[in-house]
Amino acid sequence: MKSSVVKASGSLLLLTLLAGATGCKPVQPWVKPYEREHLADPIMAMDPDPVSSAYMDHVYEVREAARGATGGSGGGCGCN
Amino acid sequence: MRHTPLIAAALVLLAAGSGLHAAVLPEDRADVMYHRYDGGGVVVQGPSVLVRKSFGQSVSVSANYYVDMISSASIDVVTTASPYKERREQKSLSADYLRGKSLYSLGYIESEESDYTAKTASFNISQDMFGDLTTVSFGFARGWDDIGSREPTFHQSTDRRNYRLGVTQVLTRNMILALNYEGVSEEGYLQNPYRSLRYLTPDPNLYTTGPEIYPRTRTSNAASGRLRYYLPWRAAVDGKYRFYTDTWNIHAHTAELEYTQPLWKKWVFNGNYRFYKQNAADFYNDLFPRANFQNFIARDKEISTYIGHTIGLGASYEFKLASFSRLQKGRVNLHWDHLLINYDDFRDLTGTATPGTEPLYKLDADVFRLFLSIWF
Repeated sequence: MKSSVVKASGSLLLLTLLAGATGCKPVQPWVKPYEREHLADPIMAMDPDPVSSAYMDHVYEVREAARGATGGSGGGCGCN
Repeated sequence: MRHTPLIAAALVLLAAGSGLHAAVLPEDRADVMYHRYDGGGVVVQGPSVLVRKSFGQSVSVSANYYVDMISSASIDVVTTASPYKERREQKSLSADYLRGKSLYSLGYIESEESDYTAKTASFNISQDMFGDLTTVSFGFARGWDDIGSREPTFHQSTDRRNYRLGVTQVLTRNMILALNYEGVSEEGYLQNPYRSLRYLTPDPNLYTTGPEIYPRTRTSNAASGRLRYYLPWRAAVDGKYRFYTDTWNIHAHTAELEYTQPLWKKWVFNGNYRFYKQNAADFYNDLFPRANFQNFIARDKEISTYIGHTIGLGASYEFKLASFSRLQKGRVNLHWDHLLINYDDFRDLTGTATPGTEPLYKLDADVFRLFLSIWF
């Protein structure tokens, strides 16, 4: 009895997932282009000055063990 | 009309590839910077020049020339070596190619000093999708380092691979989220030939020094999250967190908060605080009980346990360049950061004390960036 309940629940879950998956519509942008005035403001730039951020990444990389995932694309630091 | 998620994603990619809505290349600009680091007996200063120029609607090229002029009498050299002066030059070139909503980037960096050469080639692809609310990027870099020392016969090398994944997501009309992952795999000579460790002699009131032995491989994983939020009074606040772990059993946490405030139309001010914490590598010790105490053995403060704090302030002033036909605007920027690092298990050996009871080392440093940016 217990196993049949588990099987039925599993089948129901699978069907629900399949129905959900096939029912997906293309994702609609929830922030329209005309609503992006604030995001386009220069103060919202993720990396407004690459020359400056790359230098600070280097300052930290030389002195710290941690490295990477800063969003930049640095190379070997040449820091012996 | 219904689509499976896979088909929907494929259609989005196809639409992106067809150039339905072109993304944009980075702006054409030139930056000239003077940088200076002063702390712990080390002064590093020099210029950095970065120029980016687009060609047509789909190609942008950038070049950077960077110099470190180093004058070092750091705690490491005054206790186990001699002060030195050195110069490091770094040149890099990158090209971006825009096709629809995909941006393909190739880059090459070469860094040279008298005893160290590092070369890195990188490839990156980023794709805007879902109405330009999402940008997904993937990057790979390969690096080759050649390491020398004052000993003419000494020659070693390091091979490096970087794997990067990133997602930038517009969450609301005021908020952006960025998630990044980077795995780094290194193989070769991973230590500094000028550093040495110390261990006790049979007389416990004395110590002597010896060579370090590092593992020849290191693999690290770092993941970060970042939120940038636009405040109602036209200001921005930015929060970042990064977790780091590697096969030397170093774990690190980095957290940073930044506030940006424009004032009087032409000025932008910002302030930031950064917190950093790491634990020591498995094979690190400030003072070993005896020589050859373990297979891998090191005393570099960069892999010791410590907590670092940075506070920073910056100001920039923007001006128009209407009288010049090709130049649009300029900006002068000045940033100052103060670093304070408190080492938990790295001792200051400049005084005299019983080995293992010396005061713990602290590093104070000031970092200045003064740069001029011109858009054209």
